[in-house]
Amino acid sequence: MAFENRVDVDHPVHDIRTEAIKVFEEKGFPTKKDEAWKYTSLNALLKTDYSVFPKEESALEFKDVKKYFIHDIDSYKIVFIDGIYSSHLSQTSHEGLDVCLMSSALTKPKYRLIIENYFNKIAKKDDSLTSLNTAFSREGAFINIPKGKVVDKPIQIVHLATGKESSIMLQPRSLVVVGENAHVQIIERHQSLTENPVLTNSVTEIFTHKRGIVDYYKIQNDNQQASLIDNTYISQQQNSLASVHTFSFGGKLTRNNLQFIHKGEHINSTLKGITITEDKQHVDHSTLVHHATPNCESHQDYKGIYADRSTGVFNGRIIVEKEAQKTNGFQQNNNILIDDKATINAKPQLEIFADDVKCSHGCTIGQLDEEALFYLQARGIPKKEARALLMYAFANNVLESVKIPELKTRINKLIAMKLNVNIGFDL
Amino acid sequence: MLKIKNLHASVEDKEILKGINLEVKPGEVHAIMGPNGSGKSTLSSVIAGNEDFEVTEGTIEFLGENIDELAPEERAHKGIFLSFQYPVEIPGVTVTNFMKTAINETRRAQGLEDMPANEMLKKIREKSELLEIDRKFLSRSLNQGFSGGEKKRNEIFQMAMLEPKLAILDETDSGLDIDALKIVSDGVNRLKSKDNAVVVITHYQRLLEYIVPDYVHVLLNGRIVKSGTKELALELEEKGYDWIKQELAV
Ligand SMILES: Nc1ncnc2c1ncn2[C@@H]1O[C@H](COP(=O)(O)OP(=O)(O)OP(=O)(O)O)[C@@H](O)[C@H]1O
Ligand SMILES: [Mg+2]
Repeated sequence: MAFENRVDVDHPVHDIRTEAIKVFEEKGFPTKKDEAWKYTSLNALLKTDYSVFPKEESALEFKDVKKYFIHDIDSYKIVFIDGIYSSHLSQTSHEGLDVCLMSSALTKPKYRLIIENYFNKIAKKDDSLTSLNTAFSREGAFINIPKGKVVDKPIQIVHLATGKESSIMLQPRSLVVVGENAHVQIIERHQSLTENPVLTNSVTEIFTHKRGIVDYYKIQNDNQQASLIDNTYISQQQNSLASVHTFSFGGKLTRNNLQFIHKGEHINSTLKGITITEDKQHVDHSTLVHHATPNCESHQDYKGIYADRSTGVFNGRIIVEKEAQKTNGFQQNNNILIDDKATINAKPQLEIFADDVKCSHGCTIGQLDEEALFYLQARGIPKKEARALLMYAFANNVLESVKIPELKTRINKLIAMKLNVNIGFDL
Repeated sequence: MLKIKNLHASVEDKEILKGINLEVKPGEVHAIMGPNGSGKSTLSSVIAGNEDFEVTEGTIEFLGENIDELAPEERAHKGIFLSFQYPVEIPGVTVTNFMKTAINETRRAQGLEDMPANEMLKKIREKSELLEIDRKFLSRSLNQGFSGGEKKRNEIFQMAMLEPKLAILDETDSGLDIDALKIVSDGVNRLKSKDNAVVVITHYQRLLEYIVPDYVHVLLNGRIVKSGTKELALELEEKGYDWIKQELAV
């Protein structure tokens, strides 16, 4: 792939990009030799020759893509088609907040200070894929919520791929700044509309100031030829609350690099996920919560259900620095393997350097409970539905913390669809 | 209604049921008693279609039809209900949703539409009142954290909802306090008719004062070794099982 001719020398972040190119050139794509990529191989994906920019802009009608939105609520929308902003499908705002585009944030003088203060500040500079994105990304969502602003409706960021290119690589880059006491809910989705291969390498940086609240929901239900590498970095200041829920049901290969960095006391971080895979799907959750300050807590709860020959990875790292006394760090990762050929590599890593902390992790890998299955069947629930009910029951506590009811309903429907059942009540 | 002929069943090559013969007719109440480990729960599981047990010989007929090859849910759809000795905890599924699924799946199997929501709620309210079940229970996860007695009462609530033709109550009385025993027995009696039948498995004669059996069977080491009327239960209560074992040895 040739990216070199895509660099814009006049760009205000030109130096950052030049530096990033160097890092990527030096490191290249990660391989299984990298500890962090031991169980996730990009080899098969990289055999495809992706175009990195569509030859032409495409238009879509909302009615044709409505189902990829949570459409029964009022929301701001930032929509991209093949990586290019679609004003037709979007509903942005500059009234009391900024819900707009990265390209405009990077070029308009009024955002210069924000870009200087936040762009590429927490994204990992020595990470090759993050660097690749830093170097070549052109577009993404820019969300700036000023101090005290409680955003009245969720923001949906939707990346659509039309399939007009026989294969395409997308590199969205987003920045979210949540001011003091501000509150925002964001729903993000990547969706390919055809079976043409798509590889998305996304980077999102989120800054949460004092007492700010951000709830971020990722719907990963793409089709079987679409792969996603999602790099999300969250920095939190004191008394802020940040949660990320990741629902991984679709896609060929999905890698979630999710990192939380603490920069103040009394911070609360929540990382939750439901993963349901089949066929040869692969989903990798690599999380890191870096407790660098005292009196903070983090809660991780990931549930995975793997069928057929699908594979999963859970790599959950918690670092507690010496200064981070009174840290509460919890991590739970429970997995069910439905078929003999499905596998999960689960690796909790706790690196604790403080002495007065409460940290725990629990990891289970099991099968469906046969006794429970018989109990349900004995009540007239057919085996397929009984299995689905048990799988749903296994995962659904993750949904309790989803704060948007319509989103919760949608996720329930996606789960029922994924499990291919109608079990007689609204999930 | 239920006809069991020479039923042998084993688990992991260990034979547990060694030739059971039992016939239950509509309108009847049968009690099965017997020492721990004699095979009572195994028998009820096998009737309900638990595939952990391998039926090596014999047949089970229900309503004139051989059900040996039927899956547990198909047996349930035909009207067989098992109240479990140890009801399974299912976190994440509420009692109400579980009941909705069970009822609607049964209706679908019978070619009926799903039960309208208001009718379902009415039925749930009616049956939970019959068993004096607090409404709070209905929105809790099925059996999770329920006390022993609450689990048993919940089993009979499910029975009341599903209205089976044959109910097998495996030690439903154990764990119930005196008042609950009465409520649950009243519930069972109220559901009783000339068209359905009940098999109660119990260790205690006391339950049989409430749910009065037409026949009492003694299951010992995988066989029904003695059958009689309700007086047999009194005799067992008084003398235990040794005398039967001795009789058999002779
Ligand atoms: N899944 C199994 N695997 C191995 N052995 C089993 C299994 N299920 C039952 N058994 C054995 O079969 C025998 C009969 O058990 P069962 O539960 O039917 O007894 P029971 O008459 O119901 O006893 P109780 O009065 O204690 O409830 C016991 O020895 C038991 O250990
Ligand atoms: Mg028993």
